[in-house]
Amino acid sequence: MGCSEEGIMMKVKKNRTLNSPGEHIFLFLNDLILILLCIVMIYPVLFVLARSVTPELERALHPLRIFPSSFDFTGYVFIFSSGSNIVNSYRTTILRTLIGTAVNMALTLLLAYPLSKKYYRPRKVLTGLIVFTMWFSGGLIPSFLLNKSLGLLNSFWVYIFPCAVNPFNLMIMRNFFQQIPDSLDESAKLDGANDLRVFWSIYLPLSTASIATLTLFYAVFHWNMWFDSMLYMNRKEMWTMQYTLRQLIDSATVTDIATVGTAMDNIPPAETVRMATVVVATVPILCIYPFLQKYFVKGMLVGSVKG
Amino acid sequence: MQSGRPVSRKTRWERFKAAMWEYRWLNLMVIPGFFFFILFKYVPMYGIIIAFKNYKGAAGGFQAIASAPWIGLKNFEIFFKSLYCARIFKNTIWISLLRLVFSFPAPILLALMINEVRSNVFKRTVQTITYMPYFLSWVVVAALLNTLLSPDNGAINAMIQLRGGSTVYFLTSKSWFRPILIISEIWKNIGYGSIVYLAAITSIDQEQYEAARVDGASKFQQIIHVTLPELSNIIAIMLILQIGKMFDDNFDQIYNLYSPSVYEVADVFETYIYRNGIQQSKFSYSAAIGLVKSVIALAMILFTNWASKKLDTDGLF
Repeated sequence: MGCSEEGIMMKVKKNRTLNSPGEHIFLFLNDLILILLCIVMIYPVLFVLARSVTPELERALHPLRIFPSSFDFTGYVFIFSSGSNIVNSYRTTILRTLIGTAVNMALTLLLAYPLSKKYYRPRKVLTGLIVFTMWFSGGLIPSFLLNKSLGLLNSFWVYIFPCAVNPFNLMIMRNFFQQIPDSLDESAKLDGANDLRVFWSIYLPLSTASIATLTLFYAVFHWNMWFDSMLYMNRKEMWTMQYTLRQLIDSATVTDIATVGTAMDNIPPAETVRMATVVVATVPILCIYPFLQKYFVKGMLVGSVKG
Repeated sequence: MQSGRPVSRKTRWERFKAAMWEYRWLNLMVIPGFFFFILFKYVPMYGIIIAFKNYKGAAGGFQAIASAPWIGLKNFEIFFKSLYCARIFKNTIWISLLRLVFSFPAPILLALMINEVRSNVFKRTVQTITYMPYFLSWVVVAALLNTLLSPDNGAINAMIQLRGGSTVYFLTSKSWFRPILIISEIWKNIGYGSIVYLAAITSIDQEQYEAARVDGASKFQQIIHVTLPELSNIIAIMLILQIGKMFDDNFDQIYNLYSPSVYEVADVFETYIYRNGIQQSKFSYSAAIGLVKSVIALAMILFTNWASKKLDTDGLF
């Protein structure tokens, strides 16, 4: 399979020439439908973005407007003011994404390397042990009780340890390491390098694209995670952004969730706070993914079935 | 003591020690990850015995599972005799079938359409835009849907009212809930899902199109007679994978969109387990339901893995 990014993007049928009006119509309709699809993809995001800066009265009078006639930034001002719990959630999510992704990558790379080595004898048993966890799990209840007994309840580390390695990502990394020719490993060993050294100075520099892909996958996972806050975190100051957002949407008033400490005056309308929170929770990801697009296309193909 | 045995045992032990020493760096690298899998994946599997016990109160935590009294299959009996059992199976299977029929072909169609685009800039733009929703969480997608579909001043209802229609309560309507699940899933995953098919399309030999062209095949005929047959293998594999995931509930999606008024058409294993286990602390009962689900899911995956091996000798892993 032509797995490269360039292959997908660039390999247009340049040599094809149009020869019938039917084909012109076909291509025109094709483009038109795709443009409509793109509008459907973008509209909801624009709609929420617009609503987050539209005064409440205008929202009610012109519910369809994407370009408001006047602006109201009180939602954002409130979100980033002191006493707002959303700042706390933001901090928690950023910390979690940084630390969590670092732990994920360290453990995944360290484990993937030995599993990719044919001469490493425990390899088969270990791989079997890991693959089985992709097919079968203890389920929600035993994991919940275990994490509770481990003292992870209301602890920041509940965001890090129970999801320290994703077996699917591990297998993607192992498959990639396996594609690197053994001769590199062997010649380095002849020069007196040990496994750790080979891993660090040969395998890691050769795997930057895969490492970037997995870093993105893990980072997006952490950024979007809300379920563990719901299960294990009773302190609202340490909820993740996504869970705070969920709670904001679920409750009729936002005061309890959106503020900490003494009550603030001048809290903007609930809808304004909600919409601004959606935007703030989403924008970082929307800003970075286009630049990493070529990496995740690659990663998706390395990890998927071989064609 | 027999004379031969201790000697051979000793050499085996020594051989083992030598091997461990030879792999010392690799062993060192494996340790943290291995510890993770044992503690967070295999210890909970031991905890499954809670399903056959009468575990009361979470105060004892995980350790108290061992000392709880055995009650055999009682929890399973309660579940299978309850009306929730039929409801959950029905919903799971219905939603999975709808997904197979509607969500599964959508990325294939998109890949075919993107492939026909002649301008590279437009092609890239369409790809970038359609990948976007994949990176949003279901919490955010639910927020978007709530805003669009809100009966108060959501965009969709505003349009309906402009045309003189009456307000539709989409997310609390039993007839609308499943279509919304499917539509939102397609919206979120169509672009990302198309990557695999686009890659397969790109690897098709261009001469086949040339040949079809010489024979006078139109664009549409080329798609039907060249592209689709070339894709059949990857489509079959993806279909099998999808069937294997039938009992994966998409908890994130359903939990963020549903409400008590649509439980009847929306409740699936994980949502029911969450409400009973975590919210009502019926630990043993919900663990039993979780086990039912895990076993069915395992059987499906083993079956589909076997089926895909028939197609592709490499298997899926």
